[in-house]
Amino acid sequence: MSQCHCAQPHSQLLLQARGLYQQFADQEVLQNIDLELKSGEIVTLIGPNGAGKSTLLKILLGLLPPSRGTVWRRPGLRIGFMPQKIQIDPTLPMTVARFLALAKTPSNPADNPLSFAQILEDLNLHALLEKPIQRVSGGEMQRVLLARALCTQPQLLVLDEPVQGVDIQGQAEIYQYLNQIRNQYQFSILMVSHDLHIVMRHTDHVLCLNRHFCCSGHPQEVSQSPDFITLFGTPDPAIALYEHHHNPHTCEHTHGEGHLHLQTGDQESR
Amino acid sequence: MFELSSFMLMALLGGLGLALISAPLGVFVVWQRQSYFGATLAHSALLGVSLALLMQTHLTLTLVIVSLLIAWGIFSLSHTKQLSADTLLGILAHSSLALGLIIISLQDSVQIDLMGYLFGDILSLNTTDLLLIGLTGGLIALFYWYHWQDMLNITLNSELAHVEGTPVKRVQLQFVLLLAFMIALSMKMVGVLLVTSLLIIPAAAARRLARTPEQMLLWSMLLGSLSVLLGILGSYWYDLPTGPAIVMAATLLFAVLLLKKPFA
Repeated sequence: MSQCHCAQPHSQLLLQARGLYQQFADQEVLQNIDLELKSGEIVTLIGPNGAGKSTLLKILLGLLPPSRGTVWRRPGLRIGFMPQKIQIDPTLPMTVARFLALAKTPSNPADNPLSFAQILEDLNLHALLEKPIQRVSGGEMQRVLLARALCTQPQLLVLDEPVQGVDIQGQAEIYQYLNQIRNQYQFSILMVSHDLHIVMRHTDHVLCLNRHFCCSGHPQEVSQSPDFITLFGTPDPAIALYEHHHNPHTCEHTHGEGHLHLQTGDQESR
Repeated sequence: MFELSSFMLMALLGGLGLALISAPLGVFVVWQRQSYFGATLAHSALLGVSLALLMQTHLTLTLVIVSLLIAWGIFSLSHTKQLSADTLLGILAHSSLALGLIIISLQDSVQIDLMGYLFGDILSLNTTDLLLIGLTGGLIALFYWYHWQDMLNITLNSELAHVEGTPVKRVQLQFVLLLAFMIALSMKMVGVLLVTSLLIIPAAAARRLARTPEQMLLWSMLLGSLSVLLGILGSYWYDLPTGPAIVMAATLLFAVLLLKKPFA
């Protein structure tokens, strides 16, 4: 045992982006994006519509080559991806069970800590298994897609708006579940959220994107915010608020900082 | 009564072979909404025919090469996303057909038989044709042996498949080239109309009978074979043109199955 297994500064790095630019036609969608994701971390990407969140996600996942800049992913990194929604042609006969069984799992059984039965149980999917995939509702589809992402035994879970159209109680439940399995199986999470103020409480970094990173930081504990308590009574353990601190010299827009925008009732819940 | 002459036997074997190899490509053409892609390739085959006549090259070989090039061209262009795939295919289908007709018209000695182009002549199949069908079947079987699941994943959602590690572009390109190869080969034997019909109609009819992708494939093979059988019998008994009779048999099966209540 002569080799030294000294911890290298980058040994825990899962994903790193340097100087990303993206141009579509003559419009610059992303400007000078740097991003790092370490193992065990939860990073939430927020930003207004058209800020380039989806584009950035595609570049990070290797689905789109950036106009400039580099993306490094740890070799062999297993990514579980939960797309926002998927369209499946009605001519394809496929049950939810088959859809989940088609997920690519690592060939080494030691890399399969998450059992399929447990995922079904946790996400309450048993009743859906024999249903045609085209027939499940929007909310059910989100659970199915999350289950499929987990089936790949991810080291990094990438979620594109996992709580879209879910009310605040439902959001809290999803965040709580994510945090629980994350702690159990030790993976990282990169998540895109359409909500500019409410994020998962255990987020280590919130990155606010509007072509470039406007601001970033740690979310505030919900319990510290008196406004939240007045609105909701007891603080919820799973969600947190993010207060934007934009540099007015680099960022001309605002999201109404200083106010709390708790959009609860009127979100597009189905 | 049905007396089996040798050309009838050849037609039957060739037709059944084509039905069987069309099904595994046809189901994905239907699931991926690529039916126009098949039609474009079939139309562009005329360009291959005319080029072979112009350059005095081997007909089948030229047809295959031209089709593979066009398939590869469509595949590459469709990834640039400047035009919708639909528009692109529409342009290519008709421009290559037009170009093919122009090239043919420039050669005084050649008269094109439009019926032959549309329906081929299944009653004139020879042993080489049967061997080529067998070879294509082998290639298709080999492709799906490795990539059936990959193709299903790509069909479900290509981005998800890519992130999970499926080599999306490579597999899809192989599929498209295989499709082009099959169309080019069978186009000479059975014509444009029958090629695209055998791809699409049995697969579409099979939807009502299937609960899984594999069931749909098997039903599609069965319905395709049945159409060929009915078409050839119909042409024998009632002296109908064979190609159109096969297309109509497939369409009738599709129509009958429309009445059936779907599973899903």
